[in-house]
Amino acid sequence: MSLVRQGDRSRPRPRTHDLDAVVVGAGGAGLYAALELKRDLGPEARIGVISKLYPTRSHTGAAQGGVCAALGNTEEDNWEWHWFDTVKGGDYLVDQDAAEVMCHDAVETVINLEHLGLPFNRTPEGLIDQRRFGGHTRNFGEGPVRRACYAADRTGHHILQTLYEQCIRHDVLFYDEYQVLDLAMPAGADGRVNGVIALQLSSGEVHSFRAKAVLFATGGFGKIFKVTSNAHTLTGDGVAIAYRRGLPLEDMEFFQFHPTGMYKLGFLLSEAMRGEGGFLVNGKGERFMERYAPTMKDLASRDVVSRSIYQEIAAGRGIDGKDFVHLDVRHLGAKVLNEKLPDMSGFIRTYFGIEPLTDLVPIQPTAHYAMGGIPTDIDGRVLADESGRLVPGFFAAGECACVSVHGANRLGTNSLLDILVFGRRAGIAMAEEVRRAHTPEPDTAAEASVTAALDELLARTEGERPAVIREELQETMFTKCGVYRSSALLMQAWGEVDDLRVRAQQLVVQDKGKRYNTDLGEALELLFLLDCAEALVASAVARTESRGAHAREDYPDRDDVNWLKHTFAFRWSDGAPPRLAYRPATITRFEPKPRTY
Amino acid sequence: MDVQLRILRFDPERDDLAHWEEYAVPAEPSDRVLDLLHHVKWYQDGTLTFRRSCAHGVCGSDAMLINGRNRLACEYLVKDAGRAISVEPVPGSQVIKDLLVDLEGFWDKYRSVMPYLVNDEVPEDGKERRQSPDERERFDDTSKCILCGACTTACPSFWANPDYVGPAAIVNAHRFIFDSRDHATEERLEIMADADGVWRCRTIFNCVEACPRGINITRAIMEVTRQIEIRRP
Repeated sequence: MSLVRQGDRSRPRPRTHDLDAVVVGAGGAGLYAALELKRDLGPEARIGVISKLYPTRSHTGAAQGGVCAALGNTEEDNWEWHWFDTVKGGDYLVDQDAAEVMCHDAVETVINLEHLGLPFNRTPEGLIDQRRFGGHTRNFGEGPVRRACYAADRTGHHILQTLYEQCIRHDVLFYDEYQVLDLAMPAGADGRVNGVIALQLSSGEVHSFRAKAVLFATGGFGKIFKVTSNAHTLTGDGVAIAYRRGLPLEDMEFFQFHPTGMYKLGFLLSEAMRGEGGFLVNGKGERFMERYAPTMKDLASRDVVSRSIYQEIAAGRGIDGKDFVHLDVRHLGAKVLNEKLPDMSGFIRTYFGIEPLTDLVPIQPTAHYAMGGIPTDIDGRVLADESGRLVPGFFAAGECACVSVHGANRLGTNSLLDILVFGRRAGIAMAEEVRRAHTPEPDTAAEASVTAALDELLARTEGERPAVIREELQETMFTKCGVYRSSALLMQAWGEVDDLRVRAQQLVVQDKGKRYNTDLGEALELLFLLDCAEALVASAVARTESRGAHAREDYPDRDDVNWLKHTFAFRWSDGAPPRLAYRPATITRFEPKPRTY
Repeated sequence: MDVQLRILRFDPERDDLAHWEEYAVPAEPSDRVLDLLHHVKWYQDGTLTFRRSCAHGVCGSDAMLINGRNRLACEYLVKDAGRAISVEPVPGSQVIKDLLVDLEGFWDKYRSVMPYLVNDEVPEDGKERRQSPDERERFDDTSKCILCGACTTACPSFWANPDYVGPAAIVNAHRFIFDSRDHATEERLEIMADADGVWRCRTIFNCVEACPRGINITRAIMEVTRQIEIRRP
């Protein structure tokens, strides 16, 4: 017998949870922050991690090739070389003070991970083993260097597991399968963040989490694109929530396309496949990267390699004239493929039904990583505007944040490093905040408006299904806002995203139930995606230059005179285009130079 | 071509009993069963409920019973599954809605085996602890576990006795018992020697067959058992 009647949606007051600090997102950044909070504030501290998934499902676990730190375990290395590579990789839009912190702290952070239990591959001497990765060089660009610390091709899996394990050990509180829908900001955009409001997926109830410090570590929004390496759940929830609350989004126009996505599927074949010696070939059997990047070849930075693939395809040199090229790893041999790249080899066998030892692997660039996001300082504190004013009590780290250490293009392995270094720093800064702050005020207006929005969405019986609008959005963004852009394409994309936003005001959810209403969840996620797409397109239209991952056919050159600055996009009002402001990039050590590999 | 997809549906807010529903879904041989489920959810019936995230076999969200065997829906392709495919929730578990089952007990058991490295001593030089490639290799197989639950819910000993800690938890105990850096082996073995620990394993090998990561789970359980026996007076 049915205990809960359909259509009975009378909602009780939200259940409240009083915590010291709340972390939203259980990937590497969130878990490291939670662990630091617990270490800093002691066993009595109430540190909660909220995730719409079980923590071990987080997309950190899909990261493959490695995390860079200049340990110098297998050959000479220097953290300043890493710093230079990061700045150059980011096409000089990187804030150099932030990248300095990241590359310097990398060494200690990776060592600390080993102490926490991470099972790195080892050298014969028992040290952490290291391998090559794209854009990482010795002595300021002379040639490839072994800097990526790795655990087979499951480095992210082990980072996620190790941090989750230690969080369990230290009694972090986990709120699994809660979808966060808003920030508690009782005084509006100029005041403190006091917690979050979330939907408990198992019950359909709204819960209010109150805390003295809140961290968003909610990941990226790759699902705005049709072909992407991102999980279905990477829908920009945290990024969109901040944007709706009047906070800026930084450098949204810079979205990385990873060169070696599995053709049509989009999952990644790690850059480690090229790091271990694999290379790309076109339809004529040529190793074309030798022409585009004479020194680094297949290990040039990702934006360069992705553009090179597009150029080969545009010149009719794709495989059989089609829109893909081949990755050749046959010569690596069974030992390297099975021992150092076992998951990659497995993906190729499972999803393509071919054998990497004997067959060429079809690949195409895939939407992979958002360089932009919620702007923060080097301790994860969120910026309220381009002047650098802070939002008290609010922190962000990981892919949803923009420090900015990746500038216009992120180097391989630097995303894992980013989540670790800045997740940890945010945790330390949050502990300070928790000690200082008073008991938080509730945001009853936000609680009420979340409840009302859910009720409205569930009550609507006619309109469009989320999947239809999402598919159109993904097609638009992939074809018009992808590897190559132009004014004409971007203006089309802008118009289409606007139309989709209007249509999305009439979404219809078929599932009217309370328990695990994933139909409702997907509708809410689509609305987040549309907000991210709006900010991305508007920022891309305005940037009339080519830099890193933002390649404009109508403005093919980098323009350091006018554009060595970060975009800050603000939601103006619903229906109006975002307001754009700018903040200069921080240059401390490395003057911008032409970028060749 | 169209695939006939039979799904065991149950929503306690609407249904008294679980029942089969059939859907015709257009599919390519290279499509995953997960793609078919999405097609139903997105274009036929939005109430169909299941967990999923990464869609390529690394997050462990979408374990279900497909054509009579526990698998990840994102790792099983139409060309292997055939044109008539049946999908049910994993067995031996309380169904919450459709293909989504209650995993709280599963996580409780995982947490009960001290699934974390215990060693707070740091080398004096502040660097990494040394571990040889052979020592690292010793627990490589069990370190691959993604906690999808396919093994535990395929285990007849678990069906017969839901208090059995189950293969997934033992795999995660093994991962630390055989890590040369760990200091809590004795405590973990004591947990494993409990009446609901490793002794419940009857070496049926269902877990090995179900594991999407290819972990030799039964061997891992036997290795833990042997460690307990070695220590017996």
